[in-house]
Amino acid sequence: MQPNSLQLENLKIVTLVSVGKHPQSGRVRRADQDSRAVELGLTLAAQNPDGLMVLHAGDPAEPGLRSYAGMGLAAINVLQLDPAADAVAPLGEQLQQSGADIVLTGVRAESGEGSGMLPYQLAEKLGWPIVSRVADIVSVNEGVAEVLQALPRGQRRALKVRLPFIASIDTAAPAARQSAFGPAQRAAMTVTVVEAETDTVRQSWDEAVARKRPKRLKVIKAKTAAERFKAATAKSQSEGGRIMKKEAPEEQAQAIVDLLIEEGVLR
Amino acid sequence: MSSHDVLDIVRRDPRAEWIARNRLHPLHGTLVSDATAEVRGPSGLLRKYPHRVGFIGPNGIKRIDRLKGNAAASGKGRRSAAQEVQLPLHQVENPDFYIVVVADMVGGRLTGHDKDVIGQAHKLAAGIEGSGAILAVCFGPSKEEHFDTAGVDRLLLLDDAIYDDYCPEQKLAALVQVDTEYQPTHWLFPDSVNGGTDLGSRLAARLHERPAAQAWQVDHQTTVCRGAGGTMDITRATPRLLLLAEECADQIDETRHEALPVTLTAVPTVVAQLQNQGPVAVDPNAVALAEAEFILSAGNGIHDWEQFHQAASVLGATEGASRVAVDDGFMPRFRQVGATGTWVTARVYLAVGISGAIQHMQGIGQCDKVIAINTDAGCDMVKRASLSAIGDSEVILGELIKQVQAFRAQQSVEGDQDAA
Repeated sequence: MQPNSLQLENLKIVTLVSVGKHPQSGRVRRADQDSRAVELGLTLAAQNPDGLMVLHAGDPAEPGLRSYAGMGLAAINVLQLDPAADAVAPLGEQLQQSGADIVLTGVRAESGEGSGMLPYQLAEKLGWPIVSRVADIVSVNEGVAEVLQALPRGQRRALKVRLPFIASIDTAAPAARQSAFGPAQRAAMTVTVVEAETDTVRQSWDEAVARKRPKRLKVIKAKTAAERFKAATAKSQSEGGRIMKKEAPEEQAQAIVDLLIEEGVLR
Repeated sequence: MSSHDVLDIVRRDPRAEWIARNRLHPLHGTLVSDATAEVRGPSGLLRKYPHRVGFIGPNGIKRIDRLKGNAAASGKGRRSAAQEVQLPLHQVENPDFYIVVVADMVGGRLTGHDKDVIGQAHKLAAGIEGSGAILAVCFGPSKEEHFDTAGVDRLLLLDDAIYDDYCPEQKLAALVQVDTEYQPTHWLFPDSVNGGTDLGSRLAARLHERPAAQAWQVDHQTTVCRGAGGTMDITRATPRLLLLAEECADQIDETRHEALPVTLTAVPTVVAQLQNQGPVAVDPNAVALAEAEFILSAGNGIHDWEQFHQAASVLGATEGASRVAVDDGFMPRFRQVGATGTWVTARVYLAVGISGAIQHMQGIGQCDKVIAINTDAGCDMVKRASLSAIGDSEVILGELIKQVQAFRAQQSVEGDQDAA
């Protein structure tokens, strides 16, 4: 959806990106949700290309970062820090300095801890509101953004939130445009070396390739032989649903409508 | 001669013989020899006369009472065993510590995920010294009736009007209040899209805790959680706040719990930075079939396809189809419901003209309410359905469209009146 009647000319959008990992092959790529966040940022900053800043905290030589640049970015800003360092504090400082209005991130990273806590910690640090699982930013008017939030079962909820805010972008957001190789190589990497505290808690963790989770077994807790026999042989019987055979079609339709209203699907 | 002969003649009483032969005759007992006498066979073996065992029951059938008259008492016992079993009550009178579970309560009821998390809470409490109580925090109006069998020791039901809408900031304030009042050992949230992840992450940021997300193997010392988009297992010390994956632990099913209501002293009212503008109308056919909430599905019994599409748009339902309808070219392949198509999770599934092949029934296994419209009252779909209308689908669908349109018209009139 193209944002309409915006005050986007002087809006400052920051998209935080991380290095993605393909779920099957494990190859380094642009992360799915983060690339959607970049896409949304590009859409919002269509009139003002300088208004979008793509920010990464980590290693600037990471090849995965170039694939974000291939979406049409002139530069990617990188806060260079140690891989074992905690990125929250330098990112928070950077955001405060840059005067961002909207900060876009993914919901969960595809590499590292992937707890999805970064946007929340930044919001807590900066005192900004956070909107989780955003599908679209519809408009920005007089410092208030109208945001569509993705709900389960494909539903959407409209929210209004005052700038500045942080939004985590759901997979329901518009898909990212293709990444072109040439522009990706030509894009500039603006590197700032920052000092950050080492994440000591994480050093004590063991990380391994994910094991397959055991499936939950259906345990039959029958006390008597008769119950065990019944559990092994019984067919699931109908719950004694109501059968309307002789009624007129009007009555049948009425009963169906009543049930639909009771279940709350007829809105 | 004649008199001698007369004396020698054995007079037979055919009636008595008949009675003696007929074990069912009421006088049979008076004519046969004493039943209680012990009879020994030629080898000294005790012989039993099987015809004399037992008695004739009221309906003429012989009954053998091997329980020696104790049948009445044991019969009573069996009947009571068949009645509902009262599970043993698990009581925590003075809890040494609390473990708080914040339930999603989708539609006002505990979800399966919520119950898994409560089961995990009990597993955690068992590993910690002292007696712990599981405190469930539920927001919004509750329709749940079985908090006790789900394993809730203490229940904090926050059903003020301010929690009805989407209000993560207000809920967060309430949870912070719970933290100061109860100082729980652990905070457990279901890691779900229904709000558990969002609320848990907000609380973790506020309390400066480092949560374990997608935790799936948890005890009081170590936690295994998924990281890096589900491709890594992180083994770490169990943190105070956990976002638990589905099926992290077994649900409680062998005990009953008190579910004692508790209250909070006061919750500050927060000025919401996120203003809820309400749900947005979505095109039901744009929703993926697998996650649609309400599906109108067509099968071989549909002849008027125009009417079917009209019914789907009037009802606001996502369209589905059986294999036959797809094979015949009336519906696209991605609309097929069943084992070879999509496994749906709809809450309400309205099947029109589908008799219910086993592959189709597998596909709708997770649906809550199934409504069938069919001409055949004996088909499998009618057996599965909670409401079935037997008759011509065209007529019933036509009526349905009319009534729903009338309902919509009435609603909009009421809405106008409210607005006025």
